[in-house]
Amino acid sequence: MHIVDGALSNPVVIAGAVAAAGGIALGLRSLTMEKIPVAGVLSATFFVASLIHVPIGPSSVHLILNGLAGLILGWAAFPALFVGLVLQAVFFGFGGVTVLGINTFNIAMPAVLAGLICGPLLRRGGARAALWGGIGGALAIALTTLFVAVSLALSGTQFGVAAQLVFVAHLPVMLVEGLLTAAAVSLALKVRPDLFTALEPTP
Amino acid sequence: MGHLLLEPDHHGADTGTPAPIRRLDPRARLLAALAFAITTVALQTLPALALALAFALALLALSGLPARITLRRMAMMDGFILFMLLLLPVTTPGTPLATLPFGVVATVEGLRLAVEIGLTANAVILALMVLVGTMDPVTLGHALARLKTPLLLVHLLLFTVRYVDVLRAEYLRARQAMRARAFRPGSNRHTWRSLGHLVGMLLVRALERSERILQAMKCRGFTGQFPLMDRLAFTPRDRVFAVACAAGLGALGIVEVTVAHLA
Repeated sequence: MHIVDGALSNPVVIAGAVAAAGGIALGLRSLTMEKIPVAGVLSATFFVASLIHVPIGPSSVHLILNGLAGLILGWAAFPALFVGLVLQAVFFGFGGVTVLGINTFNIAMPAVLAGLICGPLLRRGGARAALWGGIGGALAIALTTLFVAVSLALSGTQFGVAAQLVFVAHLPVMLVEGLLTAAAVSLALKVRPDLFTALEPTP
Repeated sequence: MGHLLLEPDHHGADTGTPAPIRRLDPRARLLAALAFAITTVALQTLPALALALAFALALLALSGLPARITLRRMAMMDGFILFMLLLLPVTTPGTPLATLPFGVVATVEGLRLAVEIGLTANAVILALMVLVGTMDPVTLGHALARLKTPLLLVHLLLFTVRYVDVLRAEYLRARQAMRARAFRPGSNRHTWRSLGHLVGMLLVRALERSERILQAMKCRGFTGQFPLMDRLAFTPRDRVFAVACAAGLGALGIVEVTVAHLA
């Protein structure tokens, strides 16, 4: 899902960078130095989780879990996922430099939206909580794929086919991420329900 | 296998004197990578882009990074975008180049665009891995802080870097425990649920670990400020590097303008 340098038109790249900077600023405003350890360790966990490969049919995909990140981190998902993308670009060579902004936005904005929509329903607990977690996980992937497709389509009509293929190819990923997030949420709610409020300001 | 992010540095450490690029100020390397990326993305002529890729390869030779591993990483990225690049010749309207089976027409413009994106993406990512990827991740954080990146973001990066290896070890241990209980991943709900529980458990343990970290920090007098312990110095060597970079980027611009003028 990483877009590389040179593939997008300048307006898309610049708009993405501006939007990502805004999201990161909002995310940082929700953090204090006291919250840095918990945000940092969770961000490292999501980085490690993105290295997990899950078989789908004859092929396999790596997890993104941005929905789960949004459910737990809220707006702090922006800086956390940005850090992950920076590390991946610098040390693994995935993605690019000028596209860091748009890539961050495409992954973190759906995370935040999933967190805003499904988070309150999940925190109510009960039998439906895992279901809302799963919906959040699938929704975030659906939105990310949509955002990537739109970024490509806005950069030129010749990318239209690629954009549609990206969307179709990610339908099974959506399902897998949804089921996985639901399982993760149901376990976390049983063991440490405060995981989903860990980044809220301490009274 | 242990060190996920520290790997490149460990290769270079064995060779005695550090490679030329590693002796430069991290800030200079960071800014050079950024300037190179912005310039290269702005280029549109193929000779200028080829020259940019040649510059990145020259930097690789000066970096002390193992060339084969680095180029293989770069090729892995190409694997991801190959599909899109292969589609471009047939989805871009323009002068027909060849007719493929099923009446699909590949165009000159599409092929050119695919080559352009391929060259840009490879040159930029290679320069980034060579200039910045050769840094210790902690140094990268400190360099970013010295370049006025918000401190909260820098510390988030430093904490992430610090705990990626710890959590990866925890993940691998859990996977080994699953394997010992005859877990074999497949395309079924059991696999997805088990891996979901694994992720949930990792997150719970991460939360508990972060609480212990904060307590340990407070015990040692954490007052809401992290000191940044480093000594970055912009030396004459960095000045030479900066001038060389400016000259190189200028040369790219001249090639671009000349070629565009001739066409």
